[in-house]
Amino acid sequence: MPEHLISTDDFCSHYKVEYSFINSLQQHGLIEITSIDQHSFIDHDHLKNIEKLVRLHYDLDINLEGIEAITYLLNRVKNMQAEIIALKNRLRLYEDKQVSDTF
Amino acid sequence: MEYVDYYKVLGVDKKATADDIKNAYRKLARKHHPDLNPNDKEANKKFQQINEANEVLSDPEKRKKYDQYGKDWKHAEEFARRGSFGERQRQSQRQYSNQGGQTFSGGFGEDDFSDFFASMFGGQESRGRSRQTKFRGQDYNAELKLDLIDAYKTHQQTITVNGKNVRITIPAGIENGQQIRLKGYGAPGVNGGPNGDLYITFSITNNTNFKRMGNDLYTTVEIDLYTAVLGGEVTVDTLSGKVKLKVKPETQNETKIRLKGKGFPVYKKEGEFGDMFITFSVKIPTNLTEKQKELFKELAKTTS
Repeated sequence: MPEHLISTDDFCSHYKVEYSFINSLQQHGLIEITSIDQHSFIDHDHLKNIEKLVRLHYDLDINLEGIEAITYLLNRVKNMQAEIIALKNRLRLYEDKQVSDTF
Repeated sequence: MEYVDYYKVLGVDKKATADDIKNAYRKLARKHHPDLNPNDKEANKKFQQINEANEVLSDPEKRKKYDQYGKDWKHAEEFARRGSFGERQRQSQRQYSNQGGQTFSGGFGEDDFSDFFASMFGGQESRGRSRQTKFRGQDYNAELKLDLIDAYKTHQQTITVNGKNVRITIPAGIENGQQIRLKGYGAPGVNGGPNGDLYITFSITNNTNFKRMGNDLYTTVEIDLYTAVLGGEVTVDTLSGKVKLKVKPETQNETKIRLKGKGFPVYKKEGEFGDMFITFSVKIPTNLTEKQKELFKELAKTTS
């Protein structure tokens, strides 16, 4: 097994979650599972996202449909935050009157 | 250190049942949880308070202690010794020092309890964290302050996170608000899990006369009236040194010119630069002598 993978069984045992939950996340297209020799694995790079989905479900009691909607909205928030930063940086150009008068 | 009213934080009364507390916690957590409020420091802080209140009130033993001594914690001698220990430990956990004056903070706040909590319950491990610390290490978030001149060149900086020196290369052209990830520089993983990551957000201050927009720089250069009318040369500062510019005769006020490749470096594209835009501001002479005034009058007559 490559070093950057963790078996789904180990993941479920470490994080105390049901295998069916991970399976449902995959079926909803919310996570990626790697299959090798009929065993399923999770890439370390995807752990952060899966941890978040686990917290939403187990800590905040949000069902899969809710998680799906939240994931979509969080992506929008992320894009909007990036746009706000870009706009703020652009706004800096106009903060100095001397420069702003010329553009 | 202030008394924290955990009942008030969760919006429940002192007779609240375990279910009332659980429901109140979940309702508030759904609103303020950091996963649902990315990059929102206020929500993160609020969630820490909610989490701490839940940590105490959902644990019968802690809740009993809190109800018994909470309000009088200042006078409860049995907590005093533990309190000073808790505070010391908390401080050592929080100090992510560095050499360049940058500020560092742990990312996910669930282990960041108030001084009041530390004084009553010491540095106990939170039950709420158990799910997170079983495998992958926690991420750290940090803010690194640079000035525009620093961001102009690829350079290295050594920062210290949790007592560990980390030498990072900051590519030229980094943007204000941009975040980079240093894989594996977060908290160590457990049970063979990977380390967390270190996320550094750059805050770039600009103390120069240039305004930056993306990869382009903007500045205003004053030229005297005679150079504007008759043409000539001016020396202009750029971030890569001084440049001599020709001014065409009859240059109008607010004329803009572009210096190709004299802007800011393009992030991670070595040798590529944006442009610099210069606006000429024509300065009208003041304190004219009588002779100069006469000459201007003569000049004015020729145009009428």
